[in-house]
Amino acid sequence: MIRLTVVELRKLSDTRAGLWLLILIGLGTAGTAAIQLGWSPDEELRFADFFAFGLLPPTVLLPVLGILSMTGEWSQRTALTTFALTPARLRVIAAKVAAGVLVSAAATAATLLLSAAANLIGAATGGDGGWHLAGTLIWQGLLTELLFVLMGMGFGALLLSSPLAIVAYFSLPTLWGILAETIRPLRAAGRWLNVGVTSEPLSSPHMTAGQYGHLAVSALAWIALPLLLGGWRMFRKEVS
Amino acid sequence: MITVENLTKRYGSHAAVDDVSFTCPPGTVTGFLGPNGAGKSTTMRMICGLTTPTTGTATIGGVPYRRLGNPGRLIGVLLDASAQHGGRTGREVLALAALVMGVRTSAAGPALERVGLDASAARKRVRRYSLGMRQRLGLAHALIGDPTVLVLDEPANGLDPEGIFWMRGLLRDFADGGGTVLLSSHLLREVEAVADHLVVIGAGRVVASGTRDELLSTAGTLVRALDPAALRDLLDRAGLSFSPATDGGFVVTAPAETIGRAAAAAGVVLLELRPAGAGGLEQKFLELTR
Repeated sequence: MIRLTVVELRKLSDTRAGLWLLILIGLGTAGTAAIQLGWSPDEELRFADFFAFGLLPPTVLLPVLGILSMTGEWSQRTALTTFALTPARLRVIAAKVAAGVLVSAAATAATLLLSAAANLIGAATGGDGGWHLAGTLIWQGLLTELLFVLMGMGFGALLLSSPLAIVAYFSLPTLWGILAETIRPLRAAGRWLNVGVTSEPLSSPHMTAGQYGHLAVSALAWIALPLLLGGWRMFRKEVS
Repeated sequence: MITVENLTKRYGSHAAVDDVSFTCPPGTVTGFLGPNGAGKSTTMRMICGLTTPTTGTATIGGVPYRRLGNPGRLIGVLLDASAQHGGRTGREVLALAALVMGVRTSAAGPALERVGLDASAARKRVRRYSLGMRQRLGLAHALIGDPTVLVLDEPANGLDPEGIFWMRGLLRDFADGGGTVLLSSHLLREVEAVADHLVVIGAGRVVASGTRDELLSTAGTLVRALDPAALRDLLDRAGLSFSPATDGGFVVTAPAETIGRAAAAAGVVLLELRPAGAGGLEQKFLELTR
């Protein structure tokens, strides 16, 4: 299982698309720090601010890597060799999810490092330079990365087509949000099920149990359900 | 050892593979022949646990493929050379396979050399490979776990004549070393030079199987006369079953002597009278699978 996870991790970065996505995420996070250093008021040049803003690029782009990890097997037809070498498909799917978890953790750690570097530069150039970062924010940042990567993987596994999964991943939650706001009877459900809204408190240091409850419900609908159905689909699908 | 027993795959009411049975003993090369769409690939996918059979079983050394712990170390599989991620380099494809099988990733280099892909090809992304190069990479992929069984679907596709000759040698050596090879093709001539056993499949059913020599010797007699029409009449009258060959002759399912005597009695001048061999098998192959 460890071997398969290492393989799936390596598969995230050994293709041209995967490598460029990772480079783009790194550049993006460095870019957010540069933007803050250039244009933010001095009192907002603190470690916590760099970290919060720096999480944006991986939050947006890492899920695409998760999508490609699932869909690539089918669009590039590597499922044929992957499942010939590992007939227990559930182990492959589990290894992909594990790789997604690890890459989320790595992205969060890298963002912390980059934010620290940016904060040093900020302090040297007249910024506030405060180092205080609530522990809950680190954990919630990790959770944010994790939830969206897994959501991407769920969409990828369910749809098995890269363009379709990417479009669905980015548009369906927004579409649901709009519908739930416009259609009155859906409004209550919308608040519980809109993953964009329920994940917002993750960026505040004082997230309440109620907010965690909303997040958990929407995560069940948008992450657990697609992952389960998608995993089942990949398990059953005939490879050709 | 590959054992296929009463394998059937139905899609709706259509049987893509219908009650197929054969075995591939160690030390032999088995040619799996049939026109496109005859069910060769479906059968091979079922052997490799990628497609679930409707009924029947397939085992490798007595064990169903899906129950093999680390299949790559026992059986090398090449089902479709173009089914590789275009964005990976050839070396990376092999390194990943080695990692999954628990083989040292440094085995990728020698494996590439073995199939005639040089260092520059190893660094290239698979998207830029020709079909022939992909076949070589696929073969390296199948061989990297040092297996004792090989299952190859149309491995000669896209190879140039030199490549086909090279591959025959490689498969022959593999079998002579005690290995089991099953390779499919839709071209008889491609496999008859290397296969000891042949399994011919048409419309999902096995229509002929046996050793190559058996099948060649039952392939009939080729006869050609100065006057083809007279020869046809003669064969009709003698009640022999025959079919026209490509060059104006006929392939007759009767020994040469019977035909020769009949021709002499009727005064028909023969230009050629010999065992039909490969040509006859081809003829038979076409009929059987039509």
